[in-house]
Amino acid sequence: MAQHMNLTLKVWRQKNDKSKGQFVTIQAKDIADDMSFLEMLDVVNEDLTRLGEDPIYFDHDCREGICGMCSLVINGRPHGPKYGITTCQLHMRTFHDGQTIVIEPWRAAAFPVLKDLATDRTSFDRIQQAGGYVNVNTGGVPDANTIPIPKRIADEAFEAATCIGCGACVAACKNASAMLFVSAKISQFALLPQGQTERYERAQAMVDQMDAEGFGNCTNTGACEAECPKGIKLTNIARMNREYFTAKFFREEDVHTHS
Amino acid sequence: MSNSKPVLSSSLGRKLIMSLTGIFLCTFLIVHLIGNLQLFKNDEGYAFNNYAYFMTHFTPIKVVSYLLYASIVIHAVYALILSMQNKAARPVNYARYDGNANSTWSSRNMGILGTVLLVFIATHMQNFWWKYHNDQVPYIEYQTDLSTGVRSSRALEANEFIDYQVSTDNGVEIVKARDLYKQVDFAFENPFLVFFYVLAMAALSFHLIHGFQSAFQTVGFSHKKYVPIIRFIGVWGFGVLIPIGFALMPLYFYFVK
Repeated sequence: MAQHMNLTLKVWRQKNDKSKGQFVTIQAKDIADDMSFLEMLDVVNEDLTRLGEDPIYFDHDCREGICGMCSLVINGRPHGPKYGITTCQLHMRTFHDGQTIVIEPWRAAAFPVLKDLATDRTSFDRIQQAGGYVNVNTGGVPDANTIPIPKRIADEAFEAATCIGCGACVAACKNASAMLFVSAKISQFALLPQGQTERYERAQAMVDQMDAEGFGNCTNTGACEAECPKGIKLTNIARMNREYFTAKFFREEDVHTHS
Repeated sequence: MSNSKPVLSSSLGRKLIMSLTGIFLCTFLIVHLIGNLQLFKNDEGYAFNNYAYFMTHFTPIKVVSYLLYASIVIHAVYALILSMQNKAARPVNYARYDGNANSTWSSRNMGILGTVLLVFIATHMQNFWWKYHNDQVPYIEYQTDLSTGVRSSRALEANEFIDYQVSTDNGVEIVKARDLYKQVDFAFENPFLVFFYVLAMAALSFHLIHGFQSAFQTVGFSHKKYVPIIRFIGVWGFGVLIPIGFALMPLYFYFVK
């Protein structure tokens, strides 16, 4: 049998991206401990709706930890007090009866709050569009494994590619830096043969876009890695730095004079 | 994908500047510590004062020292620029932020630690560098019998001192020098200064425990075998050994001399 609990929520309420927000205290009553955190908010929202009040606006989609839509800084930690999970995978059994829970949106200039707890993360999309792709000519489907890739390299690229772009790295970073995200997106292509054509232009274009969006500068605290629901590693940031500096100082097109 | 911004106007370029100046400053610490170990010699400052003259008059050392001053300024200025950008990147702060859950205290407080160090460097240079360069230190004459090695010393009045001189007369070596050793001894009679020096060395420790390995990450160095070695050197060499070595100097002069 599920245990039930009553909680005090301190929720950030903000009308729109222009208005100033504030914390509002809301009581969450009779919450089952096997609910997910988002289901808890659903229950609270139903109560608010019945009372004729505006429900709490928050992002969510797949609710199985793979889409990257859910966010929330819960008691000072992105995706709440556990490691390696998204907010939809956080269960109420993590909390106890009578606890006060502070719920805030991702806080970054590059993630403006749209309403309440939902932020605009299209800055990530624009970084991705700046270079996080490969150009290939379409045609017949190539045979599998025509390009040999060492298992280690394939694994490393795959691990970088598991980034779901949720923005927890930015939310966790004291500088609101997006370098873990950008480095994962650069790494997944830099490691693979298919990504070589645009390799160095990609690193420069994505870093430029990251800076233009107003993200902060990495100070290697490692908070992003610790809070990443997918376990994206800091070594990706070292790789991004290598890619970028190689592009700047040693890129083949730039080091020789072409006739 | 069009032409990119110049490297030094990018976040990564500015971080590179922080990294390279930081590493250079770390190498200086090694030299500075080893040289200053001569303060522990019980020789009325003979070795230390000769060393001080050499370090301020040998041209290659002078060139490197100006590079060093420039590095300190550049490191601090870029830190300020980057910190202001970081502040702007989060206009609304969290009401609750559990930093300890995901990062070390020192990694989150490099700016505060660095500010303590900057104040320390200003104090330190005023106390010794400025006084040494502007004839505000006492003078000393050493007489060493070259056959027996027996050495005697006497303080010189300002009118007896012209410049650093080494001469030999009848098998006796006579050295006239600025007595920076005496100035060190004098400065560390002040318990507040001793306390501030020890505090600053604690700040140095925390700054380098994070900073040394962080500099290598920034230049893109990552290796499963060598990064643990870098971390070890950063923590035990630059975070423990060097700050303790420096901190022992004011403590030695205050409690022992």
